[in-house]
Amino acid sequence: MPLLELAHLQKSYGPVKALEDLSLEVPEGCLYGLLGPNGAGKTTTLRILATLLAPDQGTVEVAGIDALQDPRSVRCLMGYVAQEVAIDKILTGRELLQLQGDLYHLQPANRDKRMEELIALLGMQDWIDRRCGTYSGGMRRRLDLASGLLHRPQLLVLDEPTVGLDIESRGAIWQVLRELVQQGTSVLLSSHYLEEVEALADRMAIIDAGRVIAEGTPDELKQRLGGDRVTLRVREFSDQLEAERLQRLLQPVEGVLQIVVNRAQGYSLNLVVEGDQVLQRLRQQLDQAGLPVFALAQSRPSLDDVYLQATGRTLMDAELAVAGQRDTKQERKQSMR
Amino acid sequence: MTSPVATPTSAPMAELVQETMALTRRLFLQLQRRPSTLVAGVLQPLIWLVLFGALFSRAPEGLLPGGISYGRFLGAGVIVFTAFSAALNAGLPVMFDREFGFLNRLLVAPLRSRSSIVLASVIYITTLSLIQSLAIMATAALLGYGWPGMAGLGLVLITLLLLVFAVTALSLGLAFALPGHIELIAVIFVFNLPLLFASTALAPLSFMPPWLGWLAALNPLTFAIEPIRAAYAGPLDLSVVLLDAPYGPVSGYVCLLVLMLLTVGLFLLIRPLLNRKLS
Repeated sequence: MPLLELAHLQKSYGPVKALEDLSLEVPEGCLYGLLGPNGAGKTTTLRILATLLAPDQGTVEVAGIDALQDPRSVRCLMGYVAQEVAIDKILTGRELLQLQGDLYHLQPANRDKRMEELIALLGMQDWIDRRCGTYSGGMRRRLDLASGLLHRPQLLVLDEPTVGLDIESRGAIWQVLRELVQQGTSVLLSSHYLEEVEALADRMAIIDAGRVIAEGTPDELKQRLGGDRVTLRVREFSDQLEAERLQRLLQPVEGVLQIVVNRAQGYSLNLVVEGDQVLQRLRQQLDQAGLPVFALAQSRPSLDDVYLQATGRTLMDAELAVAGQRDTKQERKQSMR
Repeated sequence: MTSPVATPTSAPMAELVQETMALTRRLFLQLQRRPSTLVAGVLQPLIWLVLFGALFSRAPEGLLPGGISYGRFLGAGVIVFTAFSAALNAGLPVMFDREFGFLNRLLVAPLRSRSSIVLASVIYITTLSLIQSLAIMATAALLGYGWPGMAGLGLVLITLLLLVFAVTALSLGLAFALPGHIELIAVIFVFNLPLLFASTALAPLSFMPPWLGWLAALNPLTFAIEPIRAAYAGPLDLSVVLLDAPYGPVSGYVCLLVLMLLTVGLFLLIRPLLNRKLS
């Protein structure tokens, strides 16, 4: 039985459908990554899971408990680290952890011992007694991670845990998450960073427009794609017209399975190829047409290719498409009680 | 392997106390580090007391019912106003928690009952407003405006408690009903002073034109002011008529009964709203 089972979740905010029909299973003891661009429905999914939001349709089960029927039991099992870290600026980090421990009804002695463990684990000794208002983004995120871990949850849920963080804080958080999974905690995190999911996740799902469009281990997803990847540029920055002409020119070359125009990278071409000496044949074809080659590289498929294959656009394209469209005021209203 | 430290089956009452204490402690830590609310809440009525007391200090003797000095008359009004203003602000911390998402942090936790969030606010604001009122009472005593006896003090505290509960309920209701702190502050700003003026805090009913007399006789503040004024005036007797309202005489018992009904009514009124917002 999976630790977490989301089935056919649907959620709309007025006319906007945030979740179309989302189903997901997270096995016990694994680090599970939800990958998707902003606006794909990751935060909505996690907020439903955290019992902050009721879905319009669908079911949520954690360790066999129906989260919609018995949210309190699920809250006991779960630690939730939200994306926007709400913090009381006037309290010190230690006072905030104490408050959190009391809200989870830890015995005071137990609570204080656990706090010391986490302060050491996350390297917070030097500033834990300073007021939270003085903390940097990385310090806040570490404090929030600590408060999510205080009651030793069976499942830790993190919404974009390292977005906007410096490399050092990011590395520290990654390290803690890896250790947690080794010790038996299950972790579910959302991210729009490919490399984060690639580096951490045992299993992953790609979410786009409110549904899961691919699911498996990162290796499975890449292998399922098949073939190698070739990136081709005839000049550093091309335009759409030229890219489409090239697409037509190279499509008939033997061993070329698919060609996608990558708008986000100056209209380079992303090719899926199979077999030997495809590169050579591509060069020949370009030579005959009298076209230069600025860059031509072959690689194994990456998660970006998985995303590209599933959605027809790169993750960066998807990010760009929603950038500037987000209504942060509306989003804040949605999360406000 | 990790084992959960939180045991969901332990004593519900102990858990309720633990979470309420923790939430109350947070509010008092905020007050301790940002005492301006406390100080301003005492300063403003203090200025009223000194300025208004001085303004009418040469009013002709025997102008007020019972022939008391204006300072003595004003004292009860300012004490009630102090408690009222403090309680009216009860919703502000809750509103900020809603807006900044801190409330969500509380709602993710397995609270035994979410009434602990409301309960913590009530404990905090009641303590704060009583401290402020007592500071004003002490100052009034120093200015020579008198001090109620032991029984009188008991009556003052009970009256203030009832009023504070009622107003806190109202303010918490507004904090969940309104969209943001700007709107909440606007409502507080609009209602604060007019409620003071349209009561018997600054002048007796007999000074007012009929329409204002009606307003003052329906104003909840009046029902708190009159028993406290009576407690200051001397021998305590709640069955005595304290207010000659346009609709009939009002005794001390009636005043307290009205405040009690108001408190109960307001808590019943906001309950569905709180249940919905905290569910």
